[in-house]
Amino acid sequence: MKEIIRLEDIRRDFTVGDETVHALRGVTFTITEGEFVTVMGSSGSGKSTLLNILGCLDTPTSGDYYLDGVPVRTMDKNRRATLRNRKIGFVFQSYNLLPKTTAVENVELPLMYNPSCSARQRREKAVAALEAVGLGDRLMHKSNQMSGGQMQRVAIARALVNDPAVILADEATGNLDTRTSYEVLVLFQQLHAQGRTIIFVTHNPDIARYSSRNITLRDGRVTGDVRNHDILDAARTLASLPVEED
Amino acid sequence: MNLTNLFKIALKALGNNKFRGFLTMLGIIIGVAAVITMLAIGQGSKRSIQAQISEMGSNMIMIHPGGERRGGVRLSADDMETLKIEDLEDIGSQAGFVTYVSPAVNSSGQAIYGAHNTPTTVYGVNRDYLEIRRYRVEDGDVFSDRDIQTAAKVCLVGKSVVDELFPDGQNPIGKVIRFGSIPLRIVGVLESKGYNSMGMDQDDLIIAPYTTVQKRILAITHLQEIVCSALAEDYTEQAIEEITSILRDNHRLRPGDEDDFSIRSQQELSSMMTSTTDMMTVLLAAVAGISLLVGGIGIMNIMYVSVTERTREIGLRMSIGAKGRDILAQFLIESILISVTGGLIGVVLGIGAAFLVNILASYPIYIQPWSVILSFAVCTVTGVFFGWYPARKAAGLDPIEAIRYE
Repeated sequence: MKEIIRLEDIRRDFTVGDETVHALRGVTFTITEGEFVTVMGSSGSGKSTLLNILGCLDTPTSGDYYLDGVPVRTMDKNRRATLRNRKIGFVFQSYNLLPKTTAVENVELPLMYNPSCSARQRREKAVAALEAVGLGDRLMHKSNQMSGGQMQRVAIARALVNDPAVILADEATGNLDTRTSYEVLVLFQQLHAQGRTIIFVTHNPDIARYSSRNITLRDGRVTGDVRNHDILDAARTLASLPVEED
Repeated sequence: MNLTNLFKIALKALGNNKFRGFLTMLGIIIGVAAVITMLAIGQGSKRSIQAQISEMGSNMIMIHPGGERRGGVRLSADDMETLKIEDLEDIGSQAGFVTYVSPAVNSSGQAIYGAHNTPTTVYGVNRDYLEIRRYRVEDGDVFSDRDIQTAAKVCLVGKSVVDELFPDGQNPIGKVIRFGSIPLRIVGVLESKGYNSMGMDQDDLIIAPYTTVQKRILAITHLQEIVCSALAEDYTEQAIEEITSILRDNHRLRPGDEDDFSIRSQQELSSMMTSTTDMMTVLLAAVAGISLLVGGIGIMNIMYVSVTERTREIGLRMSIGAKGRDILAQFLIESILISVTGGLIGVVLGIGAAFLVNILASYPIYIQPWSVILSFAVCTVTGVFFGWYPARKAAGLDPIEAIRYE
């Protein structure tokens, strides 16, 4: 299997006043294509820092990071921006959709920063991505006319539109109620089934049971890296949830 | 990142906040409109003064006796007799930059016809005088050269004098009026010129052959003044030089001697008068320019607030692949769009306001193309200048912090 992510002894130190805080103290793992990995850890475990490094928003103090075979550590800001644009799809806890903007325009946004993509290609890809997340009938809905679940699905479509090497989800179900969370989780499992590589950062242990692999962080170190052989089906869980009265 | 996409993004962002965009624009609109209107008013009054001066003869040169001392006492110009008819003839025949030349002697007194009389001034001149001062004969004729040789008792009268002496609307041509005790037959009536820029009635005069005024009224042989006109206003300097050397020669002045005459030109007067209106224009433009500056600061303020308010949006754009320079360009384009659109509206409004001033207050206006181009350019520069700092701030944001900004 193709290696999508390879971390080699990643360390990240922050200087706060006179003190040096070690957020990551030597993290090593590889993720191959088609894995659905949950990264767990309590607050302060370094999972946010790890996410920033995985997302090429931050660079490690030492250690090497290869994304889809490309070494990231020596890249400058602009090249990392381009790398994010082509290889990574972000899904945030609070959706981060542009206000007063239609679903399709929100999804088009990453392609706006890709000069090789024409306006027509952009529209076609955005529509395809929205259809893939089941919002084909809501292309022209503005972000303030949608529910939380719909907004998060628009955000997932936005993450898919550039056909990324890896999708990084940061507490992607954190703002949603249980039912909607499982709907979104169903979507992630579908993407996984299609062969997408997904890294899902969360502190909710339930979610780990729906992924193929679970990495646990504690105090900046990997304390657990378990393959899940008994993946639960989110769709079945969703169906078993009590149906709401209204 | 191509520019078309950046324009789309910037337009979209402005469209999301139309009312705010309009308010920001208002500062620029008012600033640009004020600059254009004020300059139009300033330039309008300058041009109207220039037009009045050129009515009087913008290339006119006046030579007075003067500068002479007797026993250390400087004499009044009226008492000096240094200008002679020979000087006039020499200027007429030798000075190449001078087109018309006329002597001038004048006397104030009462003009009388029948039961009516009016105080006025009689100017003794030759036929060139009418060309120099741009007087036209409305009715009748100018006196002839023969009238000058014979010191004939004939005259031309201005409209104001006609109105006073012939209130019943009689035809004044051929009538004999008296100036003091001298009878003068009216041979022509001058076309009205109205008041000049200094409030003098240019129609309140009698024009007679200079010989008549010299011999019959003043009993003098010298000239009080010589007036001439240069080839054109731009040749005034050269004409003055020629006249100076001719007069110094004629008056046998040695090098180092002071001139016994003084030369003034209408050009000096004109530049003095227009410098006043120029100053007014500068003051008006400065006030208007300040309002443009305030408008620019308004842009900066709003863009600054906008950057803070849209920190998360900026964070998102960066995390999905926008480079710092993309963000910088987006915000710069936004502020330029505001200022350019505001500038365009301001130009239209400013020109409209200038015409309104012209129509309602019947104030002279003149819109110079450069003032429109300049104020438009200034407001574009304003957009870049005042948009730069907020855009820099936006571009310098850390995406990690910006995306989680509350």
